[in-house]
This record gives sequence, C-alpha cells and structure tokens, in this order.
Amino acid sequence: MSSAKQLILSSLRRSLRREQPSAEVRALLEQRLAAPQANLVPQRAQLPHAEQLDLMERMLKELSASVVRLPSEAAVPQAVADYLKGENLPPKLRMAPRDDLRALPWQSQPLLEVEEGIAEAEDATSLTGAFAGIAETGTVMMASGPEAPVTLNFLPENHIVVLRASQIIGTYEEAWQRLRAAQGRGVMPRAVNMITGPSRTGDIEQTILLGAHGPRRLHVLLVDDRDAVRTGD
Amino acid sequence: MPEGRPRVGLFVTCLVDMMRPSVGFAAVKLLESAGCSVEVPQAQTCCGQPAYNSGDRADTRALAEQTIKAFQGFDYVVAPSGSCAAMIKEHYPTLFDTDPEWKDRAEDLAGRTWELVSFLTDLRGMTAVDSRFAGKVTYHDSCSGLRELGIQAQPRQLLQTIPGVELTEMVERDVCCGFGGTFCVKYADISNKIVTAKTDHILASGADTLLAGDLGCLMNMAGKLQRRGAAIEVRHVAEVLADMTDQPAIGQPARRRA
Amino acid sequence: MQSTSRDFKDNARAALANQTLQKAMKHVKTGFIDKRAKARDRLPEFDDLRDASRDIKDHTLANLDFYLERYEEKVIASGGQVHWAPTAEDARKTVLDICRRVDARVVTKGKSMISEEIALNQAMEEAGLDVVETDLGEYIIQLRKEPPSHIIAPAVHLTKEQVEADFRHHHRELPPERPLSEPLQLVAEARQMLRRRFLEADVGITGANFLVAETGTSIIVTNEGNGDLTQTLPRVHIVVASLEKVVPNLEDVSTILRVLARSATGQEFSSYTTFSTGPRRPDDPDGPEEYHVILLDNGRSNMLGGQFQDMLRCIRCGACMNHCPVYHAVGGHAYGWVYPGPMGAVLTPNLIGVDEAGHLPNASTFCGRCEAVCPMRIPLPKMMRHWREREFERHLSPTAVRAGLAVWAFFARRPKLYHVAMGLQARLLGYFGRASGRFDALPFARGWTKHRDFPAPEGRTFQQLWAEKQSGKAPR
Repeated sequence: MSSAKQLILSSLRRSLRREQPSAEVRALLEQRLAAPQANLVPQRAQLPHAEQLDLMERMLKELSASVVRLPSEAAVPQAVADYLKGENLPPKLRMAPRDDLRALPWQSQPLLEVEEGIAEAEDATSLTGAFAGIAETGTVMMASGPEAPVTLNFLPENHIVVLRASQIIGTYEEAWQRLRAAQGRGVMPRAVNMITGPSRTGDIEQTILLGAHGPRRLHVLLVDDRDAVRTGD
Repeated sequence: MPEGRPRVGLFVTCLVDMMRPSVGFAAVKLLESAGCSVEVPQAQTCCGQPAYNSGDRADTRALAEQTIKAFQGFDYVVAPSGSCAAMIKEHYPTLFDTDPEWKDRAEDLAGRTWELVSFLTDLRGMTAVDSRFAGKVTYHDSCSGLRELGIQAQPRQLLQTIPGVELTEMVERDVCCGFGGTFCVKYADISNKIVTAKTDHILASGADTLLAGDLGCLMNMAGKLQRRGAAIEVRHVAEVLADMTDQPAIGQPARRRA
Repeated sequence: MQSTSRDFKDNARAALANQTLQKAMKHVKTGFIDKRAKARDRLPEFDDLRDASRDIKDHTLANLDFYLERYEEKVIASGGQVHWAPTAEDARKTVLDICRRVDARVVTKGKSMISEEIALNQAMEEAGLDVVETDLGEYIIQLRKEPPSHIIAPAVHLTKEQVEADFRHHHRELPPERPLSEPLQLVAEARQMLRRRFLEADVGITGANFLVAETGTSIIVTNEGNGDLTQTLPRVHIVVASLEKVVPNLEDVSTILRVLARSATGQEFSSYTTFSTGPRRPDDPDGPEEYHVILLDNGRSNMLGGQFQDMLRCIRCGACMNHCPVYHAVGGHAYGWVYPGPMGAVLTPNLIGVDEAGHLPNASTFCGRCEAVCPMRIPLPKMMRHWREREFERHLSPTAVRAGLAVWAFFARRPKLYHVAMGLQARLLGYFGRASGRFDALPFARGWTKHRDFPAPEGRTFQQLWAEKQSGKAPR
C-alpha cells in the first residue's frame, strides 16, 4: 500500500475512532455493494408503459428537445431526411456503427449521405441509438461501446437519437437494473451518458442558452417497436 | 392543556423591556383575552442570544440557567419575539449536552415555550381579534420565527380578522432584513445593503404600516425607513392585534402628529 | 490561491461600491431562487429525498475508509489508477507527473472546485503547460485572471458587457466589427474558440460530483457538454476529487442526483450526467487511453468525527449562496478564497484556518435560509456558530466585541442590577429622544446610526411599569 494511502486511511480511522469496521458492519457494507437496493423512488414515473411514453415525450419537449413518434423503424430514414430539411441542415449524417441502424432502408433517401464511425470535427449531425429512455426526467441514456462511440453524443451540433418504445422505462433505478442485466453486476461500460436535453449554459447573466459546447439540437425519434417486441416473445 | 386558566410567564425580551414596553402590555392583553393569567418574573433579563451568537458559551449557559430557573412552574412561557422564543425552544437544550440534569430542565422549558402569536392561534385556538386598527399593512416574516418555529400564516390570519386592515404583501417578504443581532453593527455596510433592499420592497408594497413579530428587525427597518425619509409607520404586530396603538409608532416623536 | 479572507470587510466595502458587480448580482436572485422553488414544488417527494440523501452520505462518512478502498479496487479492476493525495501539494505533483510522463502540451479542463482549491492551473502554467478552461464561465474568468465567484456559476459577478470587452480583447484573430452584444453571440464565439482546443488537448482534467464504490465510477454533472469533450477527446483523463465524494452504489447516487440539479439550477436534471469508469476498452472506438483519479484529503479526514463532519455531506449545488442575503450583497470574491457563501463560511476555516478566515462565519445574520434550502440538510448556521465559539475560546474575536459582551453579560447575569441599569438607560435615551422619536447619531452605536436612525425608547422599562401596575399604580 502506498504511504499516502496509508496516511489518509489511518487519519480517517483516527477520526472515526476505530480500526476496520467490525465484521457485522462489514457484512452489511458488502451487501450494500453486492446487492444495491433502491431508496425512495418518486411516484412520478411509476406508470403504465403507455403513460411513460407520453411522459418521456412531454419531458423532452419541455427541455427544448424535439420528438417525433414513428410507427416503425422503417420510417427512420425518411424522418431523418425530413428533420434535416426542416432545420435547413446539410443532408449528411455520422451514424453509430450499429447493425440495427445499418439495416434501415437508407436507400429510400438517395440524397442523404450516411457515414459510420466516431464523430469528426466537421460532422454537423450524428445519429445514434440509445440504451434507455428514462421518462422521469426525459433522460436519454447512452452506454458506450463498439456500437456507441461517445463522441457522437457531444461533438456534432445536432444529435438525432433513435429510441425504441421498449427502451423507455420510468426511473433511473430501472435503468441500472437493465444495465446490470446487460453488463453484469458491478460492471460499467467506460461511459454512461445520461443526456437530458440539448447542451445549455447560463453563464452569461443567467440567461439560458442552448448549444454551449455540445449539441444545440437534440432530436428524438421515438419508434414504436412494441408489436415487434410482443411477436418476438 | 391544563384545566382552567393556564398560568403564563411572560418572557418580556430585553428589547421590549428597554425600548418598547407597550409591546409587553399588548402581549399581556392578548394573553388575558385568550384566557390566560399572566405573570412577569423579575429574575429574567435576556435569553442570551448576543452571547450565543458571539461564541460565548459560558455566558450563554449562565443566562439559560437563569431563565430556566425564572420560569419554573409556569404552564407556558410566551415571548413577543420569534427569535427569543426559538432561542429557548430550539437552542437551550443543545447547551447542556454534557449535563443531563440541566438538559432535562432545558427541554422541559423548551416544551412549554411559545412565540406570542402562534401561542394564541395554535395553542389557544384564537381565530379573531377585536381591534379597531385601520390601515394598509405589510408583514415582514422575521427569520427565526419563520424558519425555526414555522410562523407565517398565524399573524396574517389574525390580522385579516380586523375589519380596517388591508394586507398587502411585499416581495421577498421572507428574506432577512439585515439585522442579525450584532451583525448589523459588526458588518454595518452589508447590513445596510440588505436593509436597503428590504425597505425598497416595503415601500413598493404601498403599505402605510409595516408589522413584524420581532422588535430587533422592526427597529432596524424603522431606522432605515426613517433615515430614508419614508412616512410609513412601523409597529410590532401585537400592538395592532391588541388594539393598543396609542403609543407613537417605532421611532416617532412622543406626541402623535395627527 | 492566496487568501484575502482576512480583508473580508474591505473586500465587502469595495464590492458594495462596485456598481457593475451590483448589477450583475441581481441575476443571482432571478436566475436561481424561483427556479429551485418551482422544481421543488413539482416533486412531492423532494423533502423526503433530502432526508434520504443526508442519510446516504452520513452512512458513507461513517464508513468512508471502507468505501474508499472498495472504490479504488473497482477503479483498478476497470483499468484505471487511483492516486491518494494527503495534501494539495501531493495532488498538484501527481497531475504534473502524469502530464510530464505523457509529454503533454495542451491540457483542457472541465469545471472543478477542487482544482481551484489546490491552485492547479497556476502550478501547471508554471510547468509550461497550456491550460484551457472549457466551461464558459471558467473560460471567461481565466481570460480575466480571476477566481470563480460562485461554485456553479463562476462568472456570475460579470455583466455581458464585461464579457464582450474581454472577448474583443483576447480574440484578436476575429473581425473587430463583429456583433457581440448579445449573450447568444458570446456563447457562439466561445464555442468556436474552444472547439480547436478540445481537439488538440493531450490531457483532460475534470472534477467529480460523485465517486461510486460499487463500480469504481466517477460522475460529472454538467450542462454545457464541455466536461464530456474534455474527458473523451484527449489521450489521458485525470479526475481530481476530494475523498468525501464517494457514495456506495448507483441507487444511492440516483437519489442524491434527484436533489442536486433541482437545488442548483432548478433543472429537473442537468443536461449531462456522465458516469466514467476506467479508460477506453479494447473494442471502444473512442475515449481516453489512460484514466487517473486523484483522491484529495487536504484536511477532510480531520473534519470527520468532529463538529464539522456534516459539512462533508455538501454536494456543491450552490443553493446556500443563491439564497444568502450576504452573498447577494457582496458577491463571491469578497469571501477571499475558493468557496464563498454559507458553505464557504463553514468549509474555508477548516481548510485554511480560522485565523485566516475568521470573518466568514461571522458575516452571517443567521437568517437560516441556507439551511432551509440545503438539499443535504447541512446545519450551516450551527457550524458557523461553532467557529465563533472557537474564535471566542482562542481570543480571536475583536477586543472591543469581547469587552462589550463582558460588560453586557455582567449586568444580564444579575437581574436586579440589570433592571436598574436598563431603567436608567431607558430614561436617559427616552428623555433625549423624546422630541424627534429617534437618534440620527449615537456615540456608542455608530455602526447602527451610520446607516439608519435609532428609535428612542419609550422612557420606562416594562419591568418598572409592570411593578407599578402590580402595586396598584397607573402604568404611566
């Protein structure tokens, strides 16, 4: 053990007036790490799923994000093209390298230029998936990995997210349960980004402005995949 | 609640005693009209806040012991001040953490101690007062009463039962007036900035009378209003509730002008 | 940074006379207070979440050694490194060593109060590094060579006109006639200027709002996205965090996050809450190659188990200063060191000594608004009073104050004598003040009469009048 570490730990224990925690206490502490329990969870998002979708949409709009509901994944390329056109943005996309996004009918949008990979400085718009949508606060949760470069969430000025209805849950606690189920207990991807609206700042006279350093626009395509999920079961 | 007429010991507070005894008599009148018999122990002086807030534990403790002894045996102890009542109620017990006997006595006193207006409404169930006072009134929430004792609705409820009273709220009514006991002298310039903002809000409310439940805050705000040449009258809320406003308002000349 | 807390009174006087500052400070009230109140009202469980958050931190502090060791194990398991730093000097040295080893030239930084506490920028600049603050507020004050005046809004003391002047002065490469009077234009210009710096940085330094023992994760809570660009783009990410930031697990941190943003900016949730665990994984397409955490003590382990332990619950939301009338009056710089407002009044004497920072816990009216809004229910006024007690015990309080208090207490502890003395004083002041009803000058109360009149007493004390009434005489 480093002497600095030793110094700090013994100072802490001196202040706590004990050596190591007792065996019983230790067992409780280990338990708290091995099997985390939810604390008080607000009622707000403990709702039937359809209402969670509505809450998610409402919260996102309140945050100055935009939301479009789509009946199926196949509608994504058209919706992306429409959005870029509507916002007067170049028809060019840096897309997360994911099979499901790759499989979309992009050929239906011949004018749209789609490239995969991490974000480059000159990319204006990114398209990513998500790990979950948390209705409580309209938060989109990203878990980094080969299919989810982190730079796509922050570098371009415009961020389009494909969020499936089945990914929408009520609370942060449910998100951790899903993440543990996907990654294993106590294991995290390198980065988990909880994104709640576009980038903003209030640093100049407390005036809230969008697009400080991260995306100025956050656009969520909320895809109804519930039929697919049900038939898949 | 004790049967019959409860015996109330009036904790006069050092400021009311020295500066504005009429507030004490207003308190007595209100307490008697609420069915209490009132006594005023001579052995009381100050609750000890000046020492307490200056870090002087020894004198604070001595004054707490003095107050505890002086108010032994009363059913209730009532003070026309949120800050003095909170000192006794919230802080006295913390002074005796290493002395179980005195801690018990402090907790016993704390349990019997009340700020005047909340005592009238919350304990004695007073819902209306009989007062001929007339005026456009704004009410400042003094910090200790508000945040330590939860006094906010009670004085307003009673004031609104006076036919001649029109209550007009100022903005930031729950923000400190800048008094802070010795703070206003030790950090006079900062205190001035705070009380200037406060008096701006008082003046903007359009009221002709400013009321509050703590004489320290009232003296601070009255002094600033008068320095600014404002005509608004400043009184302790008990004077208005008791219909005892013959005395000139705080800081006004002895003979009433009209 | 060099403290000027000793000169608090002079600092305050200058701040009160500074019209530009006073204009800027108005935004604190409008920018924070109403928004927090709305966010609180919208979440019925808010106050219960404050209790739960307090309990989580109390539990963690009682077992801090355990959780820190488990946290470290998890960081190492995820490929990161933990550096324990007993002092500010140790922390600075560790950062410089890492920068030197990776041959860093440009270092970007996310907003970090710990970095201010250990005066990291100065040390890095002296070592020849090109240090770039990337939070907009921090960027502005870095250009101005000023410390932050608020823990979450570092440039809150400035007006947009001042920022415009600074940008025109420093961004010489941009056309001089460009329009720059609107906040939106200022934000766009900062975005443009900083973009290049993000991309060329070798090392990114951030603070941490929380560390999670369960997973070895550090968390930053931000709105601009600069923190994420700072920690994602360079080869090396260094986290500087004080050791009380640790919490047991992700559920615990979720609870506290629910009160953090609401208390700070009144947002339901900040734009970006980012959980970082170790360096880039073998198949990750981006992210830093190295991940270091510097765990700073700097006196905190001594606060544990004592009168100031509750201060270690602080999550740096800024609600206490946002609601403080003294902070509103003088702004953050008057406090003279890194942490202003009520939390600074308690924390600063712990870190730089009460001899140096003695004014801070005294410059409070004890109005209690800070404690009333603190999401972690930290009894700030109580702890300020503890500092006053220590100053009194050590005879650090001013002699005049002690002498006045001694005279007053002498009388107050002797009721009979006290009543005679008060009777005389009431009569004397009542007599001289009778005509005008007040004094515009009193020799023994200059601090009072400098700014306000002193009301004349009625002339008799309540005790005198009551005694007369009891003995059958009329009360006047």
